[in-house]
Amino acid sequence: MSGTHASTHNSHKASHGSLKSYITGFGLSLVLTALSFGAVMSGLVPHDMILGALTILAIVQLLVQLMFFLHLGAAPEQRNNTVIFVLTMLLIATIVAGSLWVMHNANVNMMSTQLTPERAMSKD
Amino acid sequence: MNISVTSISVARARHEHDSAHDDGSMTVLGFWIYLMSDCLIFSCLFATFGVLAESTAGGPSGRELFDLPYVAGETLLLLISSFTFGIAVLNMHAKRKHNVIAWLAITFLFGAGFIAMELREFAYLISEGAGPSRSAFLSAYFTLVGTHGLHVTVGLLWLAVMMHQTVYFGLDDVVRRRLACLSLFWHFLDLIWICVFTFVYLRGVL
Repeated sequence: MSGTHASTHNSHKASHGSLKSYITGFGLSLVLTALSFGAVMSGLVPHDMILGALTILAIVQLLVQLMFFLHLGAAPEQRNNTVIFVLTMLLIATIVAGSLWVMHNANVNMMSTQLTPERAMSKD
Repeated sequence: MNISVTSISVARARHEHDSAHDDGSMTVLGFWIYLMSDCLIFSCLFATFGVLAESTAGGPSGRELFDLPYVAGETLLLLISSFTFGIAVLNMHAKRKHNVIAWLAITFLFGAGFIAMELREFAYLISEGAGPSRSAFLSAYFTLVGTHGLHVTVGLLWLAVMMHQTVYFGLDDVVRRRLACLSLFWHFLDLIWICVFTFVYLRGVL
């Protein structure tokens, strides 16, 4: 009896967070945001690596906030939310990556590059 | 005597049973599913923006328009408001009503500061002739960032309503459930903003 009580208490804690977890999440988010802006504004990161670096920093910050602010995780109380979230991410990855891929191919293969409105009208 | 003890323990068991299932967890789960559908709306807007990001139609591009220190300021305001909402939720679980109201008010101020900065930014862009009708890039930009701003504005209204309800009803089960939903909504908007500042602003000036 006392065992089940303790476990519900723990999972409650996991789904509510504590002051420490909020401060950790806030601090990490501040650092990651500063790194993102710093990477672009300082110009220290090589140009061909910067988009990759920004993407990684954004994904890490999303995970940090999901864990520390939205309390996603593998604990029994959080599992429903986590599973729904993961499935949504799958849909989103399909929509975003698919759109970019298809439209990139359409632009490359079916349109002359950099068509300005003036040039388009002069071709009429 | 024996009977009354049994009936008390049955009543207590029933009470515990009810409170275990009626803590609003299903409502919060339902609200989470709504947020995920909202996520899909934003992902479509991000995909549209990604496709149209270079379609400036000879007009200004993000490189000429975006002011990164200003965007960093907006980001900071929204991030702080997310943190202060977390403190409000902790106070809610500790049943400190006045602290909850105070932290919600602080959250409201930071959120309102964010919206004020965003409106000023939009007004500047439109006054520079870079309104939503200038190019496909700017249409997509205003739709995406504007939709996020509209969500934050609705969140501010909801915050004001919840501050009033906390004053009026105290931290009863219904108010706690609604605050739990609002906290998910507010943190979720911060997640969307991470994608906005990374893929719209920072990528836009590369």
